[in-house]
Amino acid sequence: MIPEQQTDRAPLNTDVVIDEITRFVAEQTRTTPDADQDLFATGLANSMFAMQLVVFLEQAFAVTVAGPDLQLFNFSTVKSMATLVGRLQAESAADGDV
Amino acid sequence: MDKPLISIVGAGVMGTGISTLVVGHGLPVVLVDVDEGVLDRARAAITTGLRHARLTGALPAGCPPAELRTALSLDDASGATAVIEAVTEHPDRKREVLAGISSLVRPGTPVISNTSGIPIDEMADWVDRPGELIGTHFMNPAYLISMVEVIRGPRTADGTVESVLGLLARIGRRAVVVRDAPGFVTSRLLHPMINDAAQVVSAGTATVEDVDTLMQGCLGHPTGPLRTADLIGIDNLVDALRALHARTGDERCRPSELLLDKVRRGELGRKSGRGFYVYSEAQR
Repeated sequence: MIPEQQTDRAPLNTDVVIDEITRFVAEQTRTTPDADQDLFATGLANSMFAMQLVVFLEQAFAVTVAGPDLQLFNFSTVKSMATLVGRLQAESAADGDV
Repeated sequence: MDKPLISIVGAGVMGTGISTLVVGHGLPVVLVDVDEGVLDRARAAITTGLRHARLTGALPAGCPPAELRTALSLDDASGATAVIEAVTEHPDRKREVLAGISSLVRPGTPVISNTSGIPIDEMADWVDRPGELIGTHFMNPAYLISMVEVIRGPRTADGTVESVLGLLARIGRRAVVVRDAPGFVTSRLLHPMINDAAQVVSAGTATVEDVDTLMQGCLGHPTGPLRTADLIGIDNLVDALRALHARTGDERCRPSELLLDKVRRGELGRKSGRGFYVYSEAQR
């Protein structure tokens, strides 16, 4: 656990997270997705790209996606990814308070 | 023995992917390579691969990964229930490793060569007991693609076929058994097609992206031939094309200048960060 990574980082608001994820997906796929668009169902993402999304979220937002969170469902839309990031950051901030 | 131990020899892209698949299905693996640095990278890649497989639902639920051991000597592979050889597609290298494996394992142990195109019967001359040798052609990433081409050589014993099919079922693979020939089925069809795709790009008919997009959109190819080349590794593809060309005489299998050029420049595909496409660290 490295709480200091989190403490000097202002909690990101969801819109900022959504923008950042949208930009990454757009860069990688050359298509700008809607926040609600199912990236896998619409063919923008596949099983190879899924792991890139995990690595990107972990690096960009200093979170760790593990255990039951490692499910394609969490990565199906930009919004679902932003929700996951928000929850993981909140959990990690709560741990850091100890 | 309830839990068979699988030895995998060669910790490149394929050996690493197959190791991920096997430990992910709860069977322990000894992964052997001559290079400590290669083994270190393989361990990291297997950790990432297990997460990738978990993410995409490619592993059985409630099954913790089995133990992965790495080793620098073939001796450590000797006690295995089956040995999978996954070294590069150079006959001399395969010959040395297969002969070594065959002399070490207990008689009755299947020796599985993972190859994209070298005929099994050529390799059967290099082992002590040709009946125990069989071919598999896993696709990359082995832990995501559930279909495996299995090649039965003319001298492969029934018992070897049965035990390898049993092992593949245990690690959740579907197998199609084919007869021995240069390139078998998948490489015989795919490799010249990729080679042609590179020629199409060289000729200026279409861009890399457009070739892949057409093959995806019109013909249902999952990634397009040139993205597939990047995934195979362009160096491995050239080796496999040369092996095919030498054995079939088919001019469509003579590696195109563009592929050779990419190998000379070290643009080997996904694993080197650049091939027909550019890959960031996160994408490899």
